[in-house]
Amino acid sequence: MELSIIFLPLIASIISGFFGKYIGDRNSEIVTSVLVSISALLSIFVLYQVIVNQYEENIVIATWISSGSLDVNWSMLIDPLSAVMLVVVTSVSALVHIYSIGYMSHDPHKPRFMAYLSLFTFAMLMLVTSDNFIQLFFGWEGVGLCSYFLIGFWFKKESANAAAIKAFVVNRVGDFGFALGIFLIFYLFGTVNYSEVFQQIPTVVDKNLSFLGFEVKAIDLICLLLFIGAMGKSAQILLHTWLPDAMEGPTPVSALIHAATMVTAGVFLVVRCSPIYEYSPLILNFITIVGMTTAFFAATVALVQTDIKKIIAYSTCSQLGYMFFAAGVGAYNVAMFHLFTHAFFKALLFLGSGSVIHAFKDEQNINNMGGVWKKLPYTYALMIIGTLALTGFPFLSGFYSKDAIIEFAYLKGNTTGYYAAGIGIITAFLTSIYSWRLIFKTFHGEYNNKVIKIEETHESPLVMLVPLFILSIGAVFAGFLFKGLFIGYGDNLFWAESIKFLEPLSTEHPPLWFLLITPCLVLLSIPIAYYFFVKNKELPNSIVSMNKPLYNFLVNKWYFDELYDVLFIKSSKKLGLFLWKFCDGTIIDGFGPDGISSFIKKCSIKATKFQSGFIYQYAFVMLLGFSALLTFLILK
Amino acid sequence: MNFPILSSLILLPTIGALFLFFIKEKEGNNTTIKYVALFTTVVNFLISIYLWIAFDQSTSSFQFIEDRIWIKGFINYKVGVDGISILFIILTTFITPLCIISVNNSVKNKLRDFLIAILIMESFMIGVFSALDLVVFYLFFEAGLIPMFLIIGIWGGARRVYSAFKFFLYTLLGSVLMLVAIISIYWITGTTDVVQLYEIGIDVKYQNLLWLAFFSSFAVKTPMWPVHTWLPDAHVEAPTAGSVLLAAILLKMAGYGFIRFSLGLFPVASDVFTPLIYTLSVIAIIFTSLIALMQEDMKKLIAYSSVAHMGFVTLGIFTLQQQGIEGSIIQMISHGLVSAALFLTVGVVYDRMHSRLISTYGGLVSVIPKYSILFMLFALASLGLPGTSGFIGEFLILMGAFKDNFLVAVIASIGVILGAAYMLWLYKRVVFGKLLNEDLKKILDLNRSEYFILSCLAAPILFFGFYPDPLINTIEVSVTDLINMHNTNIVSK
Repeated sequence: MELSIIFLPLIASIISGFFGKYIGDRNSEIVTSVLVSISALLSIFVLYQVIVNQYEENIVIATWISSGSLDVNWSMLIDPLSAVMLVVVTSVSALVHIYSIGYMSHDPHKPRFMAYLSLFTFAMLMLVTSDNFIQLFFGWEGVGLCSYFLIGFWFKKESANAAAIKAFVVNRVGDFGFALGIFLIFYLFGTVNYSEVFQQIPTVVDKNLSFLGFEVKAIDLICLLLFIGAMGKSAQILLHTWLPDAMEGPTPVSALIHAATMVTAGVFLVVRCSPIYEYSPLILNFITIVGMTTAFFAATVALVQTDIKKIIAYSTCSQLGYMFFAAGVGAYNVAMFHLFTHAFFKALLFLGSGSVIHAFKDEQNINNMGGVWKKLPYTYALMIIGTLALTGFPFLSGFYSKDAIIEFAYLKGNTTGYYAAGIGIITAFLTSIYSWRLIFKTFHGEYNNKVIKIEETHESPLVMLVPLFILSIGAVFAGFLFKGLFIGYGDNLFWAESIKFLEPLSTEHPPLWFLLITPCLVLLSIPIAYYFFVKNKELPNSIVSMNKPLYNFLVNKWYFDELYDVLFIKSSKKLGLFLWKFCDGTIIDGFGPDGISSFIKKCSIKATKFQSGFIYQYAFVMLLGFSALLTFLILK
Repeated sequence: MNFPILSSLILLPTIGALFLFFIKEKEGNNTTIKYVALFTTVVNFLISIYLWIAFDQSTSSFQFIEDRIWIKGFINYKVGVDGISILFIILTTFITPLCIISVNNSVKNKLRDFLIAILIMESFMIGVFSALDLVVFYLFFEAGLIPMFLIIGIWGGARRVYSAFKFFLYTLLGSVLMLVAIISIYWITGTTDVVQLYEIGIDVKYQNLLWLAFFSSFAVKTPMWPVHTWLPDAHVEAPTAGSVLLAAILLKMAGYGFIRFSLGLFPVASDVFTPLIYTLSVIAIIFTSLIALMQEDMKKLIAYSSVAHMGFVTLGIFTLQQQGIEGSIIQMISHGLVSAALFLTVGVVYDRMHSRLISTYGGLVSVIPKYSILFMLFALASLGLPGTSGFIGEFLILMGAFKDNFLVAVIASIGVILGAAYMLWLYKRVVFGKLLNEDLKKILDLNRSEYFILSCLAAPILFFGFYPDPLINTIEVSVTDLINMHNTNIVSK
């Protein structure tokens, strides 16, 4: 039964991918949606078993690679951590499958799309249920591949293709670190299975490695390398540039892959490796810093973007930052909690924005929207719920998870902790502002679209609204219901062995005034945003014109793309050209084969001149030689 | 050992070639010729599969040995296989029939002679992989040049003569030193029998020079940086079947030679020169990947990517780790399949459009979807995606390298990023995007024989990606033994 959770999506993908032509569009949609939904129900059942009966299982499916001392199995590990991920992945995936039936109804390549979605689900499940690092890597690259396919799904669009390649290659940069991390683990422990590696961790705590003349602690190096992989997949600052571009893909893809599941794989990796990370305070601090920088950076950029999907993409990036700094301060369970709640409300926001885009016939610029809240009442209401949950409005799911992150950062009690808590509060405020900006500019104010009339905008069909509705239930209640289970203060019964805490998390509570800051700011931000973006629209413009350089800096996303273009893309192209034309062409061929052959040719031309055929020339040379010989003999 | 199975493998294609020699080529109808060639090679493939089944995986000693006196007291015709060579033999017998099917579309004139060249080449290649006597090995190794020289020089493209000579002289020049080394080994030890040489060993004081002499030959054939410049030219000018043979099998002779002779005969010297190999391999991986990024000609791009992939192979061999060497062997088998497939996919569109330039294409996916799917699979295998055979090889190599030398593994891993960049960019420019070239609208999708060939290649790429055990089990004992032998030699020094 457990195995069918993983393999049903694979079967769905094969049926739809290879036989979609024969069984028709509608049947492909039904088959994939049904199979993935069954998988989702089974996952929920498994999670229930895990919660109630402390069910754990490690199923070995087959051997994969066994070379020397390296033994890798295809396997399925069920423990609390993977059970939670199973539910997140399969349930969001099932809803996205159903939603796609409506969203992609005008697309000519439906079976292919559904096949990719199911294949992605399969790869993601392989990732979360692995019991070793190499199968994890398989899933890791597999989801990357599906993401590549889906971003570039509209293959005729040049920008979509470019974004797809960018996503894959930037992820490969992260994978480069990840792979090296795996090599190092194998080098140190002689195995890549989680349980065996984690067991041996305490024995290498004091081990040092020298690399390029530096002495580094082995544990720190492992953690850093694995984290580089996580940064790539979870779009953390420096390796984040692919995520906003990935919005070129169809919106359901953005909801499933670039919000709820794949991008959280990095967080999952860090949490899964908590038995390693716990021994490396240095890298945990580094993770905190990276996480909060990303959270802040992405929130500032989201403030000024005008593409509805890009705003939500930067918001995702920012929320992932929150998860990382939760993990960085050692509150892995809180990171998982935020991952869990975020999956619901962010998928809701994406699918909701998809519904808006659908209504506007593929318009994505929020400046060309507005005033349609009466036309799209359900979408509007659901988007509001998503926004409230995201911003952490009291008693919705984001409130529980995000505030818990800030609290634990504060409770950490060291400089990074306080700093992170401060940035966390500021970012929560920014999050609230940009989220409401999105809502107000999309649904309120005047109608600004010149291409289609307001009468032509229409509410989405039921097949799209029902998944939204189910997600909104999660967005409202997930926090309240699962808080005790995921982060119940003090006791750590649910996570059991799957998350390791070297020291138990602090059970104290921060002072009341601290607890009240974030909710107050969040509440305050709604009227502020309303004033700015509905009441007094000139104000934002005048602020922009006053701070032109800052605005440009934000609109251009801190100039990361431009920087990388110069640093990496242009320079490697130039280098390639140089190595090809100059090194291979001029130097190697010029002095090598071509040079030698032309040299020999020249010599032989010279040599042929000796054989002129004139007797007197030969006689003259003989005479010369003869006299030279004679001279030599006489002098001797 | 009663039935001379290896000799039959070697001789059968030549006998087939002889048959062809006596069939008269008719205008327009060459089915008989093709069927004779195909039949020969398929039978050969089946024999080699039988060989694999009958092969005993639990021992590292050579099996199916045939030993006949050739020149008394000097050279014995000795052949035999161990776990390492058997895989290369099967690769050869597997790729050759596919090449023969593929000539349907690409070779228009002198088909009979072309097939004779291919069959004879197969004989020589199998000879190389089964030879257990240095002289016999050398003869097969060098003889393989001749049919390839003819294939490029006669059936090649516009600059075929330049490329054929470059190929021939480059590789011949490297091999001259190997011949000298073989002769000196005979003078030093009194035998050229590899099995005996393994036992008695070669005096340490000669090893360095001898190693360098063998290296000069293998480095050119691999090809390693900086003696790789013949390869892009040869590939670009060769007809599709020629490119396939060249990339899939000819390049593997050198990798095989490194394992069998450099490591086996000169263990101490191999240790001494490991830094040299590392440096050249890493340079090959990074430089040629960057060069591949900038190519405008599809075949040249794949040729340069071959150099990078072979860089991984040489790197893995000299890590002298179980994972490294096994990874190298799997990488060679995998590259044999993948590069063959990639050259064939380029061949498919070349036959239709007569252009190898990337800029000619774009938007193919909307007109020829089957082709696009298979091309995608091969591109992914080439960039080493988990689930394809390319991943197993590359990952094991890097794992082995990491054990031996951090820095090398780190730099080589950058090649993996670049590999993704050039392969996906190639694919995007050829297959995705809008269909702008009007001529492409009429292009036909894969016909039955092309579909068959490419599927035959896709199947093992995927199968071994998910289940590489059959390969690893075959080589495991031989590789372990090789490493043990090496280690005892180092210690006793």
